[in-house]
Amino acid sequence: MDVTFQFNWQAAFASLPHLVAGIPYTLLISFGGLAIGFFIGIVVGLLRISRTAWLRWPAIIYIEIFRGTPVLVQVLFIFYGLPQLLGGPINALVAGIAAIAVNSGAYISEIVRGGVQSIERGQSEAGLSLGLSRGQAFRYVIWPQAFRRMIPPLGNQGIISIKDTSLFSVIGVGELVRQGQIYIATTFTALEVYLMVALLYLVITLSLSLALRLLERKGLVGQ
Amino acid sequence: MTQDRQASGSPPIVHLSKLNKHYGELHVLKDIDLTVTPGEVVVIIGASGSGKSTLIRCVNGLEEFQQGELEVDGNTLLPNGKATKALQKIRTEVGMVFQQFNLFPHLSVLDNVVLAPMKVRGWDRDRAEATAQRLLARVGIGDQAGKYPSQLSGGQQQRVALARALAMEPRLMLFDEPTSALDPEMIGEVLDAMRELANEGMTMMIVTHEMGFAREVADRVIFIDKGRIAEQGRPEQIFDSPQQAPTQSFLSRVLKH
Repeated sequence: MDVTFQFNWQAAFASLPHLVAGIPYTLLISFGGLAIGFFIGIVVGLLRISRTAWLRWPAIIYIEIFRGTPVLVQVLFIFYGLPQLLGGPINALVAGIAAIAVNSGAYISEIVRGGVQSIERGQSEAGLSLGLSRGQAFRYVIWPQAFRRMIPPLGNQGIISIKDTSLFSVIGVGELVRQGQIYIATTFTALEVYLMVALLYLVITLSLSLALRLLERKGLVGQ
Repeated sequence: MTQDRQASGSPPIVHLSKLNKHYGELHVLKDIDLTVTPGEVVVIIGASGSGKSTLIRCVNGLEEFQQGELEVDGNTLLPNGKATKALQKIRTEVGMVFQQFNLFPHLSVLDNVVLAPMKVRGWDRDRAEATAQRLLARVGIGDQAGKYPSQLSGGQQQRVALARALAMEPRLMLFDEPTSALDPEMIGEVLDAMRELANEGMTMMIVTHEMGFAREVADRVIFIDKGRIAEQGRPEQIFDSPQQAPTQSFLSRVLKH
């Protein structure tokens, strides 16, 4: 055993080109899944606050199921389980995107619900009293205000989902962690490579944080 | 005056008959019969919790009622929130000013005022902005159109809210304690704007605690006690010689200071 182990900067930098090849997958799964998750979140979040029980209940069930089970189990179910039902294999990338979509969709539903419910009742009353329909009051009065309040929690969810994609190395998608594992298998430089992997995640999440901060600052005008 | 106007034979703009409202066990409005004729200024007074705000909120359907009839400008509202078409028409023709202003914080003052005329009346932006600028100037905030509500004082915000409601060219204006959330020095500017509106002949239903204003502007004062119209009449009649014990006791409490 080599007790005088030294951190090998050369090995760390040498791994970078291999690791960077995983970034497009990580980004595609994260942002592809989040885009669909955002759409799911809006629909399910609004159903969740519907006054009609048969619209509200499916939303509650959806949220509880996909928020209450691990995203790792969800992706394993989709990748290994669903093909038994469908009779054909599912592309690992598609499975990853789908898992992020349904999982973030559940959380984003709650973010949407919280955002919309945080807008004072007087706002929709003012809109309705001016003759706006419920839909118009929502679109022009409630939603723009709710969306601004949703930006910080949406940013949180984005960062969580980006990190969740690291679990999808188990289904063999060539994302960041998977690339690192492959590289380590031949070079035995786990310390250096996982540090690089971690730094690359940080680059991605910090960029997102920064972008959201700018968006938030822009959105604060008029509040 | 009230009697004259009613005698003139113009059809009522608001007609409530045997209106009852419950919040669960609580019986908030009891057998309300009320008719308002065009041009009339009706001020509704009463202790907090007496149901006066609930009453005017029923008029534009922000509150449902359980029994009785409500007709506004020829549109009939049915109990338990049915008849959404009529409700939409009523809200288009009836403006409301709220205690908490309820301006849209994400929109500029100008956009607050043009939103409904453009989306509901279908006006183009030029027409809506011209109307908005005229109304904002009239309530004394013509130079603030580009600001956001949070940049204005409470009194200015409430005058924007008034201009916003007037931009829809309403046939009736409802005021739900329009000065109750204002600092004392800003109450006057809002009451001035309302007084001017009354002088121009706008039909108004006003819930307020400003008794001096009520006496001066009202054609009729309605006193509500525990969800019931206990007494109504000319302001001097109600304020100088109230007939009912609840009215006397309420006025002695609010007029003492």
